[in-house]
Amino acid sequence: MKTKSIVAAAALLTAGAGSAVQAETLKFAFQGTLNNLDPYTLNETFTLSSLGNVYEGLTRRGSDLAIEPALAERWEIVEPNRWRFYLRKDVKFHNGNDFTAEDVAFSVERVQSEGSDLTTRVPADAKVEIVDDHTVDFVLSGPNPILHYEWDTFYIMDKEWTVENDAVKVTSASDSTANFAALNANGTGPFKVDSHEAGVKTVYAKNDGWWDTPTHNLDTVEFTPISSDATRVAALLSGELDMVYPIPVQDIKRINDNAGTVALTGPELRTIFLGMDQMRDELLYSDVKGKNPFKDAKVRKAFYQAIDIEGIKKKVMRDLSTPSAIMISPFLFSKAGAFERYPYDPDAAKALLAEAGYADGFTVGMDCPNDRYVNDEAICQAVAAMLARIGVKVDLNAQPKAKYFAKVLASGNFDTSFYLLGWTPGSLDSWNVLSNLMNCRDEAGTGSPFNLGGFCDEKIDSLTKEILVEVDPEKRDGLIENAYQISHDNAYYVPLHQQGLAWGVADNVELVQRADNQFKFRFVTKN
Amino acid sequence: MIGFATRRLLQAVIVMLVVALLAFTMFRFVGDPINQMVGIETSIEEREALRERLGLNDPIAVQFYRFISKAARFDFGTSYQFRQPVSELFAKRIPATLELSLTSALFALIVGIPMGIYAGLNRESPISKLFLSVSLVGISLPTFFIGILLIFLFSVTLQWLPSFGRGETVQIGSWWTTGFLTVSGLKALILPSITLGLYQMTLIMRLIRAEMLEVIRTDYIKFARARGLPDRLVHFRHALKNTLVPVITITGLQLGAIIAFATITETVFQWPGMGLMFLQAVQNVDIPIMSAYLLLTAFLFVAINYIVDMLYFFIDPRLRVGRP
Amino acid sequence: MPYVSNEEAKAAVADRSGSQEAPGRLSKIVDSDLFHSFLRSKVTVVAACGTFILFLLAILAPWVAPHNPFDLASISIMDARVPPVWMEYSDPSFLLGTDDQGRDLLSGIFYGMRISLIVGFCSVIAAAVLGITLGLVAGYMGGRTDAVIMRIADVQLTFPAILIALLIDGVANGIFGSLDREVFAFYILIVSLALSFWVQYARTVRGSTMVEKNKEYVQAARVIGIPSVIIMARHILPNVMGPVMVIATINLALAIVTEATLSFLGVGMPPTQPSLGTLIAVGNDFLYSGEWWIAIFPGLALALLVLNVNLLGDWLRDALNPKLR
Repeated sequence: MKTKSIVAAAALLTAGAGSAVQAETLKFAFQGTLNNLDPYTLNETFTLSSLGNVYEGLTRRGSDLAIEPALAERWEIVEPNRWRFYLRKDVKFHNGNDFTAEDVAFSVERVQSEGSDLTTRVPADAKVEIVDDHTVDFVLSGPNPILHYEWDTFYIMDKEWTVENDAVKVTSASDSTANFAALNANGTGPFKVDSHEAGVKTVYAKNDGWWDTPTHNLDTVEFTPISSDATRVAALLSGELDMVYPIPVQDIKRINDNAGTVALTGPELRTIFLGMDQMRDELLYSDVKGKNPFKDAKVRKAFYQAIDIEGIKKKVMRDLSTPSAIMISPFLFSKAGAFERYPYDPDAAKALLAEAGYADGFTVGMDCPNDRYVNDEAICQAVAAMLARIGVKVDLNAQPKAKYFAKVLASGNFDTSFYLLGWTPGSLDSWNVLSNLMNCRDEAGTGSPFNLGGFCDEKIDSLTKEILVEVDPEKRDGLIENAYQISHDNAYYVPLHQQGLAWGVADNVELVQRADNQFKFRFVTKN
Repeated sequence: MIGFATRRLLQAVIVMLVVALLAFTMFRFVGDPINQMVGIETSIEEREALRERLGLNDPIAVQFYRFISKAARFDFGTSYQFRQPVSELFAKRIPATLELSLTSALFALIVGIPMGIYAGLNRESPISKLFLSVSLVGISLPTFFIGILLIFLFSVTLQWLPSFGRGETVQIGSWWTTGFLTVSGLKALILPSITLGLYQMTLIMRLIRAEMLEVIRTDYIKFARARGLPDRLVHFRHALKNTLVPVITITGLQLGAIIAFATITETVFQWPGMGLMFLQAVQNVDIPIMSAYLLLTAFLFVAINYIVDMLYFFIDPRLRVGRP
Repeated sequence: MPYVSNEEAKAAVADRSGSQEAPGRLSKIVDSDLFHSFLRSKVTVVAACGTFILFLLAILAPWVAPHNPFDLASISIMDARVPPVWMEYSDPSFLLGTDDQGRDLLSGIFYGMRISLIVGFCSVIAAAVLGITLGLVAGYMGGRTDAVIMRIADVQLTFPAILIALLIDGVANGIFGSLDREVFAFYILIVSLALSFWVQYARTVRGSTMVEKNKEYVQAARVIGIPSVIIMARHILPNVMGPVMVIATINLALAIVTEATLSFLGVGMPPTQPSLGTLIAVGNDFLYSGEWWIAIFPGLALALLVLNVNLLGDWLRDALNPKLR
């Protein structure tokens, strides 16, 4: 007993001596890997989220997703087609270089170049004019109220560094040697990349020269990808890691019950929905021949009303989902409250089917990913069981995402009759949803490439065009509401829910869980 | 000897070429790599441009030729996911996998052989029967399930051993990292090695037992006993030696199983080896990594088969006599 | 050159593990010797009974299972994750509780076992037929034929089952157009597993064949002018079946377990028709959350099945070995 306490005291002493300056290390794991450090190679949440700790955009989003000034101190629309950005002075990149207007112009050029996956961040016809060292103008071909909506993830690179290291070209998979920018990073953000081994471990260190006042107290952040859900949860429960995400919904209770860990949950922006082939004259996977039952709105409504969304919420999602009546998160659209789901009513659904001429139901094949969204396969299974109750037999084809997307997207010729998909508008705005999911498309996918079912409603198309250029927010929201109403009335889609976010966090860590599922180290404190 | 070596080498090259060809023609069916390389909002035109740049629109024969001519110079191209040369990625991952495989093979041999000898010598003893039945658990439950159960017990509940990764590693030379030299590295090896080695252990134990049962009934063992040699000497000098041939055969053949199960074990324990990288490559249709992995395994197979053949030569002199 | 390949060493192994008797030994298998050794071992009798009962439950699943877990219209998501009857919040109509979709677990195990066994048996038979044929031909013909077949075997060993499953699935889709996966997943699994397993049979049979073909009776048959095919099928085959039976029992278990692993990787049976392996793979996600029964019961059923089959296999291996009598 005595020896033990002495040892403990000694440990305390050394700990005390070492922590004159509290050195805090945050260890966290995510399900996927950080494949490379070039900020323009992959337009994907985790990559951009990670690099957002190292690089910064002209704007950034706060804990509530509100747009804040970052590398640009402020901006104004000097003429309808001319935006002026006043850049922050005395900002230095990690290598000590100054941040100037040149860097912005260079970054715009690079992000639009071949091989970039973020070309849409800046409209192709936009021109950049350097006014002085710290002022930049963007000249557009027409008014665009949402120009800067995605600029929080359009990261500014150092021109000098990039040119010096021969990394002007965006890292491409057809290169035979690794691009310098894929393995190294030089941003202006609160953290530097200390070491990076793709797919294994990435270590970040605090940037002491950051322009903003840090609210975090971290010195080092260690990231490890852990792909197996059970292992990721185990690593948190055993105290090996301070934070893991995402955690399976079923383990939330376990993590909360465990001493020392807590599950942080919140709404996410991704909407999960069902879509139906409404373009072909005969479904590819069905026993109905010579016609396409999904062209009939009654059949679509029947499917809608057959789905017990509360059952899915309670049993599959363990209450970690928000049933949705529209195709966008209510956080991203002010008039979302105006919509209400068609009620769950299997009898009404059956009646609708009978009215449409399918009293005995029919068989349809359903495509579903099994490693993409939260409980995706379980949702599809539940949907299949619910449809069975109205006489529709669903042949479920649940596959890994690599095969699923290869089949249902344009590159697979939209090879599906009935599918489950999720969508988060990158710009956090409805125009993105309308133009990607709800406009007409041709067989090659020109138009709305992710309108996999290929329904076509001219009214939605023309509304989408109006919304793009409408500057008055109130009027714009009205137009958006009209478009969503048309989709709802015709049941072009069956929206299911916004899935929830679930992160597992050690009790001594405080952080901000943003609804866009980005994990920003600058909000973290560890005690 | 030299004739054999060259003949075998030629066959090996053909085997590897066929593996590459098969892999190559079939990869197009695994999925579309483009979808995994871009964000979902990327336009169809940009996707097509990327496909063109990667040469995925070229005829298979052209792609294959390009791949083989590069592979001959140990250039396996650039990973679609990581945008890094595949050979560099593998060089970093190989030590992890080799250390894990080695440890698990050792575990299988060290535990399996004595158990097998005991069960073979004491055929009717209850302990032997217990060994036999309990060891079957090792092959009757899927690897992933055993791994998760071990993690649950030793990492979450008892908190004795880490649940993922290699622990701290030490750099040796310019390209080898080892977990053998640190406490955390050794601790990290325990659970994955057991998970991976359990199946081999069961197999080796049962094999040794069966061979032991036969060998101790052969005349020369009986004769050795009759000569009054102590049991221990008979068992270990004469009997065990004769059981080793099939053990080596099977261990060699089981390399495939070790590699196949290593992918699962590495995934469950997030072990940063080739298997994990391969499985992720399959999920992301990273064709360069998949091809390189298959070529590498083909190479390993050929090499191991060769070593096994040589080992026979030394262990069992009877086999040296030319058989028809 | 006094070189011996490992296949030949296997032949030596096989040589020592029996098959010395004259042709027609298969007919003797049913004779009293074997039967006596069977009755002598209590473990074997128990294992045989266990196997029989499990097979029976699987075969009679539609009649003995309290629910039909494949009938989607009868399952309700609201019944999901009900615990076994002896626990709190249970439902007496679900003896062992339900899985995450509200399927009765006991029925799921019966039906799942049925699927696992069918997949297991079919793939083992397919692998054995392919492997025995190629092994016989390779061993009997020797020379270039042998080299080609054995190199194919080397190529085959390089591909892990998971990749084969993905490839077969993809190729089937590519050739036949888009398939109804609920129907075809089953065949794809069988073909994938058979392709992963045939090499073992081929190697063993080849080894034994090489030994047999130089025995006097085969030489004699050759001299009389009996065609090779008949010699292989009628005279050599029965004599190499011993080791094949042993491999087959082990492989049955391995096939079922591998199928489970494929389910874990998302390329196994469709979720609406779960096999034992699918149930374990699904239940795996619920181990930490306290819903242990979803994985543990199917896991126990699988372990029991594999254990019984293997104990039978052990006995068969010993009983077929004349040197151990």
